[in-house]
Amino acid sequence: MSMLAVEGLGITFGGVTALADVSFEVKPAEIFAIIGPNGAGKTTLFNVISGLYPPRQGRVRLNGEDVTGLPPDRLARRGLSRTFQNLQVFFRMTVAENIMVGRHLHERRNVLAHLFTLPSVLAQNRATRAKAENLLAFVDLSDLADRTAGSLPYGALRRLEIARALATEPKLLLLDEPAAGCNPVETEEIDNVIQKIAASGVAVVLVEHDMKLVMKISHRIHVLDRGRTIAQGSAADVRNNEQVIAAYLGRHGQREAARAQD
Amino acid sequence: MAEFLQFAFSGLTVGAIYALVALGFTLIYNASGVINFAQGEFVMLGGMVTVFTHAAGVPLPLAALIALVVAIIVGLALYRLAIEPARGASPVTLIIITIGASILLRGGASLTFDKSFHSLPPFAGSKPLMIGGAALLPQSLIVLAGAGAIVIALWYFLTRTLSGKAILATAANRLAARLVGINTNAVVGLSFGVSAAIGALGGILMTPITLTSYDSGTLLALKGFAAAMLGSMGNPLGAVVGGLTVGLLEAFSAGYISSSYKDAVAFLVILGVLFLMPQGLFGRGGMERV
Amino acid sequence: MRRFLEGPYAGVLALAILVAVLPLALPSLFYLRIAALIGIFALVVVGLNLLIGYAGQVSLGHAGFFGVGAYAVAIGPTYLGLPAWLALIAGAAIAGLIAFLVGRPILRLRGHYLAVATLGMGLLFAMVFANESAWTGGPDGMPVPHLDLFGFRMSGARTWYWISGVSLVIGAWVAANVIASPTGRALRAIHDSETAAQVLGIDVARYKLIAFVLSAVYAAVAGAYLAMFDGLVTPETAGFLRSIEFVTMAVLGGLGSTFGGIVGAALLVLLPQVLTVFQDYEHIALGLIMIVVMIFLPAGIVPSLAGLLRWRRS
Ligand SMILES: Nc1ncnc2c1ncn2[C@@H]1O[C@H](COP(=O)(O)OP(=O)(O)OP(=O)(O)O)[C@@H](O)[C@H]1O
Ligand SMILES: [Mg+2]
Repeated sequence: MSMLAVEGLGITFGGVTALADVSFEVKPAEIFAIIGPNGAGKTTLFNVISGLYPPRQGRVRLNGEDVTGLPPDRLARRGLSRTFQNLQVFFRMTVAENIMVGRHLHERRNVLAHLFTLPSVLAQNRATRAKAENLLAFVDLSDLADRTAGSLPYGALRRLEIARALATEPKLLLLDEPAAGCNPVETEEIDNVIQKIAASGVAVVLVEHDMKLVMKISHRIHVLDRGRTIAQGSAADVRNNEQVIAAYLGRHGQREAARAQD
Repeated sequence: MAEFLQFAFSGLTVGAIYALVALGFTLIYNASGVINFAQGEFVMLGGMVTVFTHAAGVPLPLAALIALVVAIIVGLALYRLAIEPARGASPVTLIIITIGASILLRGGASLTFDKSFHSLPPFAGSKPLMIGGAALLPQSLIVLAGAGAIVIALWYFLTRTLSGKAILATAANRLAARLVGINTNAVVGLSFGVSAAIGALGGILMTPITLTSYDSGTLLALKGFAAAMLGSMGNPLGAVVGGLTVGLLEAFSAGYISSSYKDAVAFLVILGVLFLMPQGLFGRGGMERV
Repeated sequence: MRRFLEGPYAGVLALAILVAVLPLALPSLFYLRIAALIGIFALVVVGLNLLIGYAGQVSLGHAGFFGVGAYAVAIGPTYLGLPAWLALIAGAAIAGLIAFLVGRPILRLRGHYLAVATLGMGLLFAMVFANESAWTGGPDGMPVPHLDLFGFRMSGARTWYWISGVSLVIGAWVAANVIASPTGRALRAIHDSETAAQVLGIDVARYKLIAFVLSAVYAAVAGAYLAMFDGLVTPETAGFLRSIEFVTMAVLGGLGSTFGGIVGAALLVLLPQVLTVFQDYEHIALGLIMIVVMIFLPAGIVPSLAGLLRWRRS
């Protein structure tokens, strides 16, 4: 059974067709990459899947259930989580607090108990904080736990978003350009993190322009151009597809991609 | 029938003023994304300055001109001193700033002038025209004609002059406008000046009918905002239709239901729009980018 | 120890101590009366701060809820034969209920829209209080009976100092609890990015509503106190200017700082006492404070001072 199934998705903005008839399926523990030139509709696709935009055509299924049009917080309850290309960090909160927000669905949300800080709330805060510290260690941010998120460098923020998304314990994780703006060392680290996440059984959908990273870790690749699917298959299939080379990779990109796989 | 007509006349008259306030909101909103809560104070200034300069012996047309100039100066100063320094601030900050400006102007008016209600003599006599048994004041005609002329002038300004086109371009896409060499800051300043002028003209036209006082701006702003929202925020035609609609709804509910709650109509319109058609009458349903 | 000092409860403790010792330092009943007023207004601002400072949602109509509390303790005992304390609780509950009903549609709005919708709501309240003269005494208002508790009459500056002071400490404690809980984290998350909050499973509408209802209840309780303290309530209690005063207090002291809200309330209550001309210039002063603070000190007084101290130390 596929974790995520997208069927004939389409959306337009004014006159612009941002997505047209996009379909694919992603299985648990799979790393599924979506690539394509700027403006191809990759982020829009994530926005539709995660419930931020209602699609004009098509369906989205999670675990076989039709979830099209459900709001994002409902989808989160069903195991969907994501990161954002244009960082959506809680900049005024500390790094640890950012992750703690990600634990929201796993906390008891009885407001009356919160008003009077019953002992259970304190115990829960400690448990949430401990979880957050584990996740920070996982993405190597432990040192920065009590810093205000707004004061972090870019690469650290990318990892913070990943850790925050993991805090919800997702079954499906959408990563929108997790390595953008990161140096090679940080990219390497993110590469490891993604592989570990998938290995734990999470279905990962990855949007990324770093072809070395994509070709190296993806199980399958889906290529979009101007909102339409132009290819899908293994790294080797996609790399040698003439249409993909013409629309996106170029000759240079193709060589780069080939090197990554060896 | 006569009664119905009577309510319709008064509804259209106040509605024309609400339309002008809504246009002021629209202009500034389009140019800068700011909702200027001091928009009602421009209307108040138009009325109050005219009243007091006229009372000091200045002939009415000249008094009106002075009021117009004062309002424009205040509008530009508001932009220069309070909006521009806070560029890039969050909406919450900008709301508080323009609300502060609104209160400041109220306070200034209550000190410079006074705290009572004032009126102006009608511009063209007070002998009503009888139409279908309903009385139509000449001043109402002047308000309607004046508002119509302002709308046409604004349309001409926006579509036929370079400055106007710069405003439209900035509204459509700020970044692109800057790239083609438009000074978008100057455009926002200009929109404050034009909005102030529109508001002041509305205030001058309506004062012979509805009276004015230092604190009349807040309700006008609320009603103008309801009108702008009904007509889809940012749409000038929508602002006019919205203004007339709010005016008519208010007049009919005052006439047929209760006049003590006529001011509540604007709030109900806001709630109604929210519930039934969040995009307003002319909305195109854009989506916030994430 | 360090964690406690930087946590939310150190401020609450400091506030409790201040409330306890202040009467020793105040030379006369006149000052005690002002301190009581500060406590009452600070209570509103502590609640409003949850909404504006933490959740990032502006309200320009909270005087409406303040008025509901005030009129409840006037109308309840006068016309319905309720004891004053019960009328106070009923008023707070009604304000919470109204906030719940009105908040559901209007909190879907962001920024400007919410500000205008709450402004309209506040004006509507004031309109009802001024128009329904059979119940409210119309524009002139109505007298408010005394509060009797356990056979004692609650009146005079000293009594009300203690009532408002203790209530403020409790209010600040509850606010600190909320802020340190999952609810508080959700509110702050919504302030920074509604989108990210939603994606993490936060029901944004629900949490905004919680902050709105809580702040309405704070305002209603404070309104009831002020009415009973003054012995009179008029529609001005719930007027637009009041709402603006509340927002200015919150902004001046520091949005997102409970202690800042209290300082803001204290400054704005004290100003007219110190500067008698202030009365004439009240509008101008409020307006200027809002503009100047937002441009030059957007964090407000208390957080800016705290930042300065931290910076000096390091
Ligand atoms: N909310 C929106 N309103 C209007 N147009 C939009 C919106 N969101 C996306 N678009 C348009 O849809 C198209 C696809 O954009 P999208 O951001 O999905 O591209 P992308 O593949 O993520 O590009 P990149 O690699 O640069 O991130 C673009 O033409 C964009 O301008
Ligand atoms: Mg993108």
